[in-house]
Amino acid sequence: MEYLIDENRPIFMQIAERIENDIIAGELPEEAQVPSTNQFASFYQINPATAAKGVNLLVDQGILYKKRGLGMYVAPGARAKLLEKRRAQFFGQYVVPMLQEAEKLGITMEQVTEMLQRRVEVP
Amino acid sequence: MSTVVEVRQLTKSYGSVMAVNQVSFSIEAGKIYGLLGRNGAGKTTIMQIITAQLFAASGEVKVFGEHPYENSRVLSQVCFVKDSQKYPNNYRVIDVLEQAAFFFPGWDREYAFALIEDFRLPLKRRMKALSRGMLSTVGIIVGLASRAPLTIFDEPYLGLDAVARGIFYDRLLEDYAEHPRTVILSTHLIDDISRLLEHIFVIDQGRLVLDEEAEALRGRAFAVVGPAARVDAYTADKELLEREPLGGLVSATVMGSGDAKDRQQAEALGLELVPVSLQQLIVHLTGGKYERKAVEVR
Repeated sequence: MEYLIDENRPIFMQIAERIENDIIAGELPEEAQVPSTNQFASFYQINPATAAKGVNLLVDQGILYKKRGLGMYVAPGARAKLLEKRRAQFFGQYVVPMLQEAEKLGITMEQVTEMLQRRVEVP
Repeated sequence: MSTVVEVRQLTKSYGSVMAVNQVSFSIEAGKIYGLLGRNGAGKTTIMQIITAQLFAASGEVKVFGEHPYENSRVLSQVCFVKDSQKYPNNYRVIDVLEQAAFFFPGWDREYAFALIEDFRLPLKRRMKALSRGMLSTVGIIVGLASRAPLTIFDEPYLGLDAVARGIFYDRLLEDYAEHPRTVILSTHLIDDISRLLEHIFVIDQGRLVLDEEAEALRGRAFAVVGPAARVDAYTADKELLEREPLGGLVSATVMGSGDAKDRQQAEALGLELVPVSLQQLIVHLTGGKYERKAVEVR
């Protein structure tokens, strides 16, 4: 499963992002149990302490919570919180790079707008 | 967190060559460590001193709180898998396992045989008739099934194919989760195992040049590519690791996380930001330009 992990970025952040994505997609609903750090470790072939660090990052942000002796669970309101965070990042993460690339290629703002509105390629 | 190995000002020379030079570090219980460095950097010498196979010229070594030399309390808890392990002439794979059972108090016979199956190793084959990869596999099986509180693998996967390496990593992580212990993986092939490591030591020319958490190193450096003048403007206030002309462009590797701020600053100058792998970072830190090329064509 190693192709899933980008070794050039901190792995614990990628584990946190994977869990976030699953929560946003609804695959991990509120109050659902999150895989254990050992399950993450064996699935991605990573150090368990690294997996734990990713999970704990989300615990610190109130996205996950620990049930003593049972494991980690998705906190109530986690999805709404993540959506808010991801929406705030959307402009910088997706729109800005797109506009930079468009400028590089000489695609005008009007053409970009048209592509977005009609979802078709503008020659 | 209890300390398993404590090394202070360790020094060892062979003739005029300083194999290990004033090395100090400590190893905590229950973590997987990487001891990384180029061939001949001094990795094996350090491990031989920790496992009481060599005397240090000076310095202090404590393993499980005691001096390891001729100390069975310590040595029965340590399994050192050497890549150059020698076996008696008539030994078969099964004989090695039986010897190991005698040697290690925590030996798990059933597990050893399960691993033999996993790796498809011929039990009755003579050791001297094994291929390089099979020889490595025997070492891996002994290391895993010993369940030794301190298990050291020296270049464990020489000659192993990708499938066998995958089995090794899977079994190591699985068994480590079930039976937590301290593991040291020593190697010059960094990228292959970096994801398994919690902590990294880098040895270069006998000196310890890096002692860091693996995750803290990832994303520690990045490279920018672009026209020379703009790259130089960008790197002026940063710690520069390497600057390399690339056609009409320059690629510069700098210390930094490559976070949003670094990225914006680079993009404002029209520079491209490229990640630097752990292997590349370590090569930069150990100043080995020659080895980097060797690694890239691997």
